[in-house]
Amino acid sequence: MKFTLFHLMPYADLDLDAAAAYPTAWVLTPNHLYDPKKGAKLYNRYLDELELGEALGFDGLAVNEHHQTAYGIMPSPIVTASALARRTKTAKIAILGSAIPLRDHPLTLAEEHAMIDNITEGRLITGFVRGIGAEYHAWGSNPAFSHERFHEAHDMIIAAWTRPGPFRWSGKHYHFEYVNPWPRPYQQPHPPIWVPSQGSSETIEWAAHPDRKYTYLQTFSPLKAVRRYLEQYREAAARYGWTASDDKLGWAIPIYVAGSDEAARREAKPHFEVFRNRLLRMPIEMLLPPGYSSLESMKGIAKAKAQITGDITLETAVDMGMFFCGSAATVREQIGAAWRDMRVGHLLAMLQFGTLPAELTERNMRLFAGEVMPWLRQLSGGEGGAARAA
Amino acid sequence: MDFISRELVVAGSPVHYRELGADLRPTLLFLHGAGGAESALPFLQRFAGQLRIIVPDLPGFGRSPDPAWLDNIHDAAYACLDFIESLDLRDLHLVGTSLGGWIALELAVRNASRLASLTVIGAAGIRPGQIPTGDLFMWSPEERVRRLVADPALAERILALPQTPEQSDIAMRNHFTTAKLCWEPRFFDPNLEKWLHRIRVPTHVIWGAEDRLFPVEYGRKLAGLLPGSRLSLMAGCGHLPQVEHPDRLAELVGQWVRAA
Repeated sequence: MKFTLFHLMPYADLDLDAAAAYPTAWVLTPNHLYDPKKGAKLYNRYLDELELGEALGFDGLAVNEHHQTAYGIMPSPIVTASALARRTKTAKIAILGSAIPLRDHPLTLAEEHAMIDNITEGRLITGFVRGIGAEYHAWGSNPAFSHERFHEAHDMIIAAWTRPGPFRWSGKHYHFEYVNPWPRPYQQPHPPIWVPSQGSSETIEWAAHPDRKYTYLQTFSPLKAVRRYLEQYREAAARYGWTASDDKLGWAIPIYVAGSDEAARREAKPHFEVFRNRLLRMPIEMLLPPGYSSLESMKGIAKAKAQITGDITLETAVDMGMFFCGSAATVREQIGAAWRDMRVGHLLAMLQFGTLPAELTERNMRLFAGEVMPWLRQLSGGEGGAARAA
Repeated sequence: MDFISRELVVAGSPVHYRELGADLRPTLLFLHGAGGAESALPFLQRFAGQLRIIVPDLPGFGRSPDPAWLDNIHDAAYACLDFIESLDLRDLHLVGTSLGGWIALELAVRNASRLASLTVIGAAGIRPGQIPTGDLFMWSPEERVRRLVADPALAERILALPQTPEQSDIAMRNHFTTAKLCWEPRFFDPNLEKWLHRIRVPTHVIWGAEDRLFPVEYGRKLAGLLPGSRLSLMAGCGHLPQVEHPDRLAELVGQWVRAA
């Protein structure tokens, strides 16, 4: 098992009383509630936390992209990944991911990702996402073409990285007379690609296709759902005639470690619940704009919408396996059991969430890296774990 | 008298339409809005015995499948031109509401030779500028009903109506196709207003005075861009005059068609 420190960079200084006047922290909450003085401190604190991740032995550091929201003040993961590129030396830098269909000019991403891959001499992990539904409200891009644009932008970026340029790109959504990016990626043929998703069948099938074999990453979800989606990926791979090794599967989950189970729950509770029930909350119209998912999946998701839009407590989240929380021994057991069951090769630990302050975040990181990670590395057989399980 | 369901193939894709009074003339072709054709049928029934009425389910709406070629409002407008030519409709009174009004404008800019008159009701299509418009895609299905009609009691009655599984599937598909055609730019074509002067047939702009999706200033702006057009405001009426005041709307449209 490999460990990536995943940071969402929430606007933790949000005035929660003022924000309560709005149904969601996305798109509609006015940005006068963002204070640049506080934001500047948060950006630097969060980058410090990611840099500390390398010192503590994490294999990778991950950033992501969301727009117009207090949930994460990282509209450009390129900026945060670039800031990390020269301040770190060994850790992989994972962009999870760039929302390629939002771009009218996705070649900029082919260029920027290649630059970071060059600057880090091959430490970049590239991630491609469609962005969640709210992004289509924030960015104006048409959700009805989200799938088409995702596929075409992806194909074009891969072509830009692998086909000798210059060449012409003439697609449905993108047209370029000259595709000839300087630089080319440092890693050949291109950086490894991870595909984070909330579990869309279309995405799982696409990532598992033998033309791609991309690492599938399940984002924040109940354990049962994670298990089902990871299994779905393995089954899709088997149907395509190849065996998915453990390192083709990843799971992003918030984790909190403290001196005892009781202390962990007490300390994490308000911050986790702000993350889950205030920052992540949004109306279904925002989460699933028309066309974002196929009509069939839309009907299924609409049925499960209570799960997405209703509040849940820390205790429920722990019971559902959406959050690992407790003493080091408890968290070792929780993750160990999940690993034995699912053989997931990449754990993306979200060790800061919601309003969790700097001191608690740092203590959480040190306890996780010192008392949980080594035990899990041993359990999963270290570097050879993936190969053995496969 | 009731509508007869028919089907026609346009650019390889079936288009379902309803017809009333096939042997009557003149012909009124009705282009529905984002919510689909069904809610406008009682209004159109008021012309029974007077006009031939044709009501297509626009491609991707109602019972017409979503064709592979449907990507934008221009595709919808060309499909309607094909539809008109396939049925060889002439001296046509074209009436469009909301999204259908926008398609009617796009169509008429391209070819108005078969039109005797044009009526657009609460039509989208032009740049709103600083006119505050509603966001149909941010509103929940319930909010849509409440904000699209002026009378809260009518909203309650509509919300209390039972919905069959087929109707709820159609509502979802209609919303999907609306997004495809209207999401970006939001309910307008940046090039349309440059060419609205090409519409030289008598044009009637009808607007609900209490329209909260495209407020009445938007209607005034549109009428101002259509040379010689007539603007009629309907008091106590929101974005759906055909639902909220079908009798008054039928009177306005009937008078207009007889005079044109």
